[in-house]
Amino acid sequence: MEKTKRVNDFVVRFANVNGSGSASANNLFAKVVYRLGIPVSPKNVFPSNIQGLPTWYEVRISEKGYLGRKGGADFIIGVNGQTLREDYDMVLPGGYFLYDSTRELPDNFQRQDVTKIGIPLTELCNNEFSDNRMRQLMKNIIYIGALAYLLDIGLGPVTESIKKQFAKKPKLAEPNIRALELGFEYAREHHTTSCELSIRPSDAVGNRILIDGNSAAGLGALYAGATVVGWYPITPSTSVIEAFERFANRYRIDPDSGKKNFAIVQAEDELSAIGIAIGAGWNGARSFTATSGPGISLMSEFLGLAYFAEIPVVLIDVQRSGPSTGMPTRSQQSDLLACAYASHGDTRNVLLIPADPQECFQMTAEAFDLADRLQTPIIVMSDLDLGMNDHLCEPLSWNDDTRYDRGKIMSYDELDKMEKQWGRYLDIDHDGICYRTLPGTHPEKGAYVTRGTSHTEYAAYTEGSAAYERSMNRLLSKWETARRLVPMPEITIKDEQAKIGALFFGSTTASALEAFDRLEGNNIIINRMRIRAFPFQKEVFDFISRHDIVFAIEQNRDSQMQILLAGECQVAPGKLVPVTNFNGLPITATMITNQIHTTLLSRGREFLKSTALS
Amino acid sequence: MSYTRPAFRHPEAQKNKLGYTRQAYEGAISTLCAGCGHDSIVGAIVTSFFEMSIEPHRVVKLSGIGCSSKTPAYFLGRAHGFNSVHGRMPSIATGANMANRELVYLGVSGDGDTASIGMGQFAHVVRRSLDMVYIVMNNGCYGLTKGQDSATADKGSKSRKGAPVSLESIDLCEMAIQLGAGFVARGFSGDKKQLVPMLKAAIAHKGLAFVDVVSPCVTFNNAPTSTKSYSWVREHREATNTFDFIPLRPEITTEYPHGTNIPITLHDGSIINLYKREDKEVVTSKKEAINALEEAKSIDQILTGILYLNPDSGEYHQISNTTETALNTLTETELNPGNKVLQEFNESLR
Repeated sequence: MEKTKRVNDFVVRFANVNGSGSASANNLFAKVVYRLGIPVSPKNVFPSNIQGLPTWYEVRISEKGYLGRKGGADFIIGVNGQTLREDYDMVLPGGYFLYDSTRELPDNFQRQDVTKIGIPLTELCNNEFSDNRMRQLMKNIIYIGALAYLLDIGLGPVTESIKKQFAKKPKLAEPNIRALELGFEYAREHHTTSCELSIRPSDAVGNRILIDGNSAAGLGALYAGATVVGWYPITPSTSVIEAFERFANRYRIDPDSGKKNFAIVQAEDELSAIGIAIGAGWNGARSFTATSGPGISLMSEFLGLAYFAEIPVVLIDVQRSGPSTGMPTRSQQSDLLACAYASHGDTRNVLLIPADPQECFQMTAEAFDLADRLQTPIIVMSDLDLGMNDHLCEPLSWNDDTRYDRGKIMSYDELDKMEKQWGRYLDIDHDGICYRTLPGTHPEKGAYVTRGTSHTEYAAYTEGSAAYERSMNRLLSKWETARRLVPMPEITIKDEQAKIGALFFGSTTASALEAFDRLEGNNIIINRMRIRAFPFQKEVFDFISRHDIVFAIEQNRDSQMQILLAGECQVAPGKLVPVTNFNGLPITATMITNQIHTTLLSRGREFLKSTALS
Repeated sequence: MSYTRPAFRHPEAQKNKLGYTRQAYEGAISTLCAGCGHDSIVGAIVTSFFEMSIEPHRVVKLSGIGCSSKTPAYFLGRAHGFNSVHGRMPSIATGANMANRELVYLGVSGDGDTASIGMGQFAHVVRRSLDMVYIVMNNGCYGLTKGQDSATADKGSKSRKGAPVSLESIDLCEMAIQLGAGFVARGFSGDKKQLVPMLKAAIAHKGLAFVDVVSPCVTFNNAPTSTKSYSWVREHREATNTFDFIPLRPEITTEYPHGTNIPITLHDGSIINLYKREDKEVVTSKKEAINALEEAKSIDQILTGILYLNPDSGEYHQISNTTETALNTLTETELNPGNKVLQEFNESLR
């Protein structure tokens, strides 16, 4: 079997033990590749555990810029005894398996299509370092050193990255650089020509940055002027709040008093977390919370209150695998229906769906304007893959001329001049959005009781059917206003005549685009639409109706986007065809192409023919 | 209750320091049952804010769900109110207070709303030492759903239906003391003379002031066999240290006899004068305050008055070092670090 020979186009997978310090070493590797200018997509597959269970880190390197998960690995670093066999078996034919040769591999590791690369990590490490913790950590750096040789990176770029990482503590850089050299030298002496995979500097990255979606969302909230946070820790959303707090401590300290221009309350549960955000939004501060599926379930009652009483609040949902506790550290897009209609009664919520960290930043910031404008909850639908993994994306930017849209809030003067009676729920502008007041504004005007019970236009309690119907219908009219304000879908018409369309959203995007390229290579032309918000606009309906068949690509079992579209858009049965992956790992281009192919073959050859001819 | 209220007010009606008459502190007509204890508490709230000359629109009224939680509509009509969801008033109050620390926050809840569905939020808002007054109108039963026992109903007590309560009761005051409230008091809706100064002191306290007011439910829990009935409470009530609340000015006195006098100065300069009886406990000790409650219970008495006081308990903004300015008044200038910072951030990732 020939060895795989490729430049800037392969997958490296690290198999480690959770809590062994491997994460920072593996991150270092991805960062080095990024700094060499080659598009890279690292994905951390980790357990719900602090120490001891298996964890993987998969780095896709792609000169062409394909950033979705590829599936399969060309080079595996197998340093976890628990999964050694599994990892060895997973190496793609022609690939490479790096292991700790301090102990030889069992006799039955005899694949003819895999090149074994033994590096005595433990031995090298123990000879060099005496401290136990150091021995554990530096073992990881030694294999990075070996990779630097095997993949033709050279010592320079890695050393530079280490120095940058420890710029403030140069003492710590020393043992790291030593370990790096150990691995590099050993590989050079013993595996001079073992590996035919190669990394070469490129300019394919361009201006892009490498960042995780949660940090970007935290920054988005900071830039949007969020001041109050209520939250409860839950994977994978915790790092949104941690990022916000980190940035706020850096950029939001009052220079004169040294005090905080923000308040973060770690609540007792998710019910309280959203309650705090709603209370603050009601009182005129920009506020938010972040959670994941189980939190959405708990927050549902309060979301209904905010919808019905019309209170601005932003919620960032970093989705994970459900139902129930599900797979807490695995990704999915399975909260779509739960969020769109969260709460009992006829409740509907605005969703924004970012596809990369840059959009996490931008849409989170936009969510605050929309919440204030629409006086309703805005939910940003991220997921574990998008939120916790680093992604290549356009650099973040902010227009300094931007002014926050605080929506319809009556000032003291406006209230003072008002001659007619003010009504909290009077639709003066006929856009379904009414004027609100903040507590403490005016001594005599503008006070009212906010309530989740049915209310009149003047905020008085009512059980009158007519008043109730009026308020519910006005909320629908506001929903129509929301439809005009939320981000438009991104539509690409490849071929005006094409009968096949595909829609997708969020973290599915990278793999979907790669799949379309592959299908195009087989003369299957597919028009595409990336949905970016709910409620859906006319453009979404039009895209679906212009095609004979539309694939709905998503990461949940039940095709939730398809259900949502079918309910909202009156789509003919059978027109939307689900393409799904719900195994908890990010969807791959191969999964998508296979499912589309299978459907096209079974649904009739005319699709294939007509597109092939066009 | 009456269904209309005469609009006429005496032209020489007493005015407070702000020039407002009591009318400026009233709300809508109550829809509770005639004789409901809650209406008396509403009256005491109106009197307290009126006499303290607090601008009504600078108060925020918050509640959960239940009979008690309806009452914010019946007082301070010029203040914003928030009738939230069942048991969740404390989280709404927390958020509202975080947004604007300059207003007075008054939470009204019931024994079902606090001791059952809202137990978690109650415990944690107390622990967080939020600057608010938290009143529980405690009648030992669920009124709106027709009289089921609540978690504060005393074991053995019999409601209108006659079956004795078989489970232990929760003493919210004891819990509040244990959880770190800086001000804990228990009143009785039938004793305005005690309740008004008690509420005033609670309002003046910086930090969390918890006030449990036994408030008989005339419809479902006022049988003489019920320990939350008017007659039982009147017979078994024992006031701990009596007290006066003395705001900065003017002085307001009660009719309690003056004895040995211990002044405690609150954060805003107001003074609570405690009249300690020889055989009574010191309310600044958690341990003795809880002992006093337990001892009273063991002889079938309800201890009322200020049960515990720590004027230096602090409050959440202070604890978390928030800016003095109301957060909801900050603008782009203070909140947004600008594009230059963002570009530097991008650079740091490269």
